[in-house]
Amino acid sequence: MSLEPLVSLRGIAKRYATGTLAVRGIDLDIAQGEVLALLGPSGCGKSTLLRMVAGLSEATAGRIDWPSGQPSARDIGFVFQEPTLMPWATALANVALPLELGGMGRREAAERAAAMLARVDLKGFENAYPRALSGGMRMRVSIARALVTRPRLLLMDEPFAALDEITRFRLNNDLLELWEAERFTVVFVTHSVFESVYLARRIAVMAPRPGRIHAELAVEAGYPRGEEFRTSAGYAAHCREVSQALGAAMAGAAA
Amino acid sequence: MSQVLERRAEALEAAAVPPRPPFGLTAEGWLRLLAPVVIGLLVLGGWEWLVRTRGIPPYVLPGPVAIAETLVRDWGTLSASLLVTLKITLLALLVAASLGLVLAVLFAQSRIVELSLFPYAVILQVTPIVAIAPLIIIWVDDVTLSLLICAWIVAFFPILSNTTVGLNSTDHNLLDLFRLYGASRWQVLWRLRLPTAMPFFLAGLRISGGLALIGAIVAEFVAGTGGRASGLAYRILESGYQLQIPRMFAALVLVSATGIAIFLALSLLSHLLLRRWHESAMARGDRR
Repeated sequence: MSLEPLVSLRGIAKRYATGTLAVRGIDLDIAQGEVLALLGPSGCGKSTLLRMVAGLSEATAGRIDWPSGQPSARDIGFVFQEPTLMPWATALANVALPLELGGMGRREAAERAAAMLARVDLKGFENAYPRALSGGMRMRVSIARALVTRPRLLLMDEPFAALDEITRFRLNNDLLELWEAERFTVVFVTHSVFESVYLARRIAVMAPRPGRIHAELAVEAGYPRGEEFRTSAGYAAHCREVSQALGAAMAGAAA
Repeated sequence: MSQVLERRAEALEAAAVPPRPPFGLTAEGWLRLLAPVVIGLLVLGGWEWLVRTRGIPPYVLPGPVAIAETLVRDWGTLSASLLVTLKITLLALLVAASLGLVLAVLFAQSRIVELSLFPYAVILQVTPIVAIAPLIIIWVDDVTLSLLICAWIVAFFPILSNTTVGLNSTDHNLLDLFRLYGASRWQVLWRLRLPTAMPFFLAGLRISGGLALIGAIVAEFVAGTGGRASGLAYRILESGYQLQIPRMFAALVLVSATGIAIFLALSLLSHLLLRRWHESAMARGDRR
């Protein structure tokens, strides 16, 4: 991983219009093809950081560089905590949206969207409206929509937080499978130690008020990871290590 | 053996399907339909009985039978008047809907336009139509046009105000998503804001349908006192002057029936447009 990073953040700070300092002094390199977790308690600015990387929010100070070239609209996929689907559109139309907004013809967009839906195990649900789908299925549609443009960078803001544990585990595995196949870069925000260890190659532990990076930890286990990883000793050791780092980050904030 | 089992399974499946309810209505459906009808018939029967046993003259209170007879006998005049009123009502509703929609879109696109025009829309709404109808009828030479303006004034506001709220209720995350994919202002409006506003617009339309009729009738009353109209309200006035009370009631029945028909038609339109995705248009058992 000695390649130049996909995105490089230097001295990023963000102050809200209300005067609150959301994050400060963020230095972070996001490597090509890695899975990076931003882990921290609520209010540590991890979502704000993600939005700044996506270009949805401006940093007050610092710079965000893309050494391999500024991203176009298709280069970034974003998954919100809620599925955030258009309720009046079918699953297929929801997934085709980014392509159509980018100017692709309806037929081609529909074909690609259908293929992407099949990739997230939703073949046969093309014409279903979001209300007819379960929470996990809606999330799959949301992930399919984020990946349909074949982005270089997939950003996810606590994507599985609202799901039950069984569904969450399944989606974790499905996400890893998709990543194995395409090797896009993933940055996801979570407040779950277990989820961060299970998915990520690297974990940035964040401390709150103001949000900053407290520690960066590597998860040494290789991919592919599956259910056996969840029960391995290495997994447990990493969870302990990350929990301690998170505890220290919180204690530092409280002091 | 296995064939037999299969047949049995098929038979069981067939038995498991509940029998088709008569005319496609469930017990609950029949109750909903029949209960109000029974009440209506009882009230009408009581009314007729009262009128007959007490010998109340028809110029004070005609019975339902007399009203129905008048309705049939005078159908020629009444239906012509109905058409006049209906034309004005529907035209006013159409103009109110399109203008309300266009103005709401303008409001959503420009804060300055909204801030400078919305107060006047409110003024238009709170001014009693009865008070300004005479002015409009004097100023506008064409009777139909002046009636149309009156009905439009009453019907316009609910559509404007509802659609404005709808256009502003867009999901923030979806807006971010559209921004992320570099959507144009037009794409955001057409693919995101307008569909979001659709249920609000339709709710406004349902309110305005009834209001347009009321506006038309009120304006006709005002115009009718000058003898310059021919709609249902004018028939009511005229019958009142001539003490033809059964005909007055017959015209009134037609006004109510028109209002109900407009409401039902707009409800159906709303249901057809929203049933696939919006909570308001779903059958109870459909939700999850």
